[in-house]
Amino acid sequence: MKKEKQNNDGVEQLSQIRSMMEESSRFISLSGISGIMAGVTALAGAAYAYFIIQSSATVEMQRGMYFDQGGMTNSLFVELLFVAVATLLVAFGFGVFFTVKKTRKKAQNVWTNSSRRLLINLFIPLAAGGVFGLILAYHGLFGLIAPATLIFYGLALVNASKYTLRDIRYLGLFEIALGLIASIYIGYGLLFWTIGFGLLHIIYGSLMYFKYDRA
Amino acid sequence: MIEGLQKVFENRVRLGVMSILMVNESMDFNSLKETLKVTDGNLASHLANLEKKDMIKVEKEFVGRKPKTTYRATELGQMKFKSHLTALEKLINKS
Repeated sequence: MKKEKQNNDGVEQLSQIRSMMEESSRFISLSGISGIMAGVTALAGAAYAYFIIQSSATVEMQRGMYFDQGGMTNSLFVELLFVAVATLLVAFGFGVFFTVKKTRKKAQNVWTNSSRRLLINLFIPLAAGGVFGLILAYHGLFGLIAPATLIFYGLALVNASKYTLRDIRYLGLFEIALGLIASIYIGYGLLFWTIGFGLLHIIYGSLMYFKYDRA
Repeated sequence: MIEGLQKVFENRVRLGVMSILMVNESMDFNSLKETLKVTDGNLASHLANLEKKDMIKVEKEFVGRKPKTTYRATELGQMKFKSHLTALEKLINKS
């Protein structure tokens, strides 16, 4: 009947409006290569950190960051912190570079409402995690830094996944799980960091590259 | 015909363009095309139609050497879209 058809049209239109509004507010031009490069950068950073730790004196330290002991000296911590921050900046730089390149190629805007929302929602948990890591260091709880940062990073990704490719949610869940496991096996922080920021990024980036970028 | 329904939004592409421009301040041609999954020609003709009816505003700029066209909803367009939505709700609630 006419009325019923009109009603169906209305429902259909509303559902289309809803899906367009939601879809268009996601930033979907994240480049897969940037994930791979972030992972490679993290591996390089981890290798360098490992080298610093190995060349420092104590035996405990050779297992990675050790929990609650005198092995972690201030100068070593500052050095490792410097490596970590430098790695983060380079990895983020690669991410921005390849994402900008991808949007240029498609003649789209990079700085849109959706990319802004993505960054803000990524950085709130991420910044909290960074500050929390520094506080842990302040209390001398070095062994908990790697697990805590992995968990916070995972939460940041899960949060950001609402504003970009949904797949990033799974990367986030893996990082959280890895962080929780790392908090049981304290003393292997560098190893878990290498897996979380290096290996997982490379795997994720490659999957995204084949799924979205290659076409 | 229910009061408030806008004929201009009856088309799927035009309705999609307006929905997108309600939640995004502005959007370029290629992003619109990708979100709506339509062809260049199809999108262009509907955009022209919306522009003619003063629903959207067109801005052209150059990024490097490439021309880029972005679109945003006019105040009139936003108003008409809202009244279209209200009318759709009424239509559904009635039955």
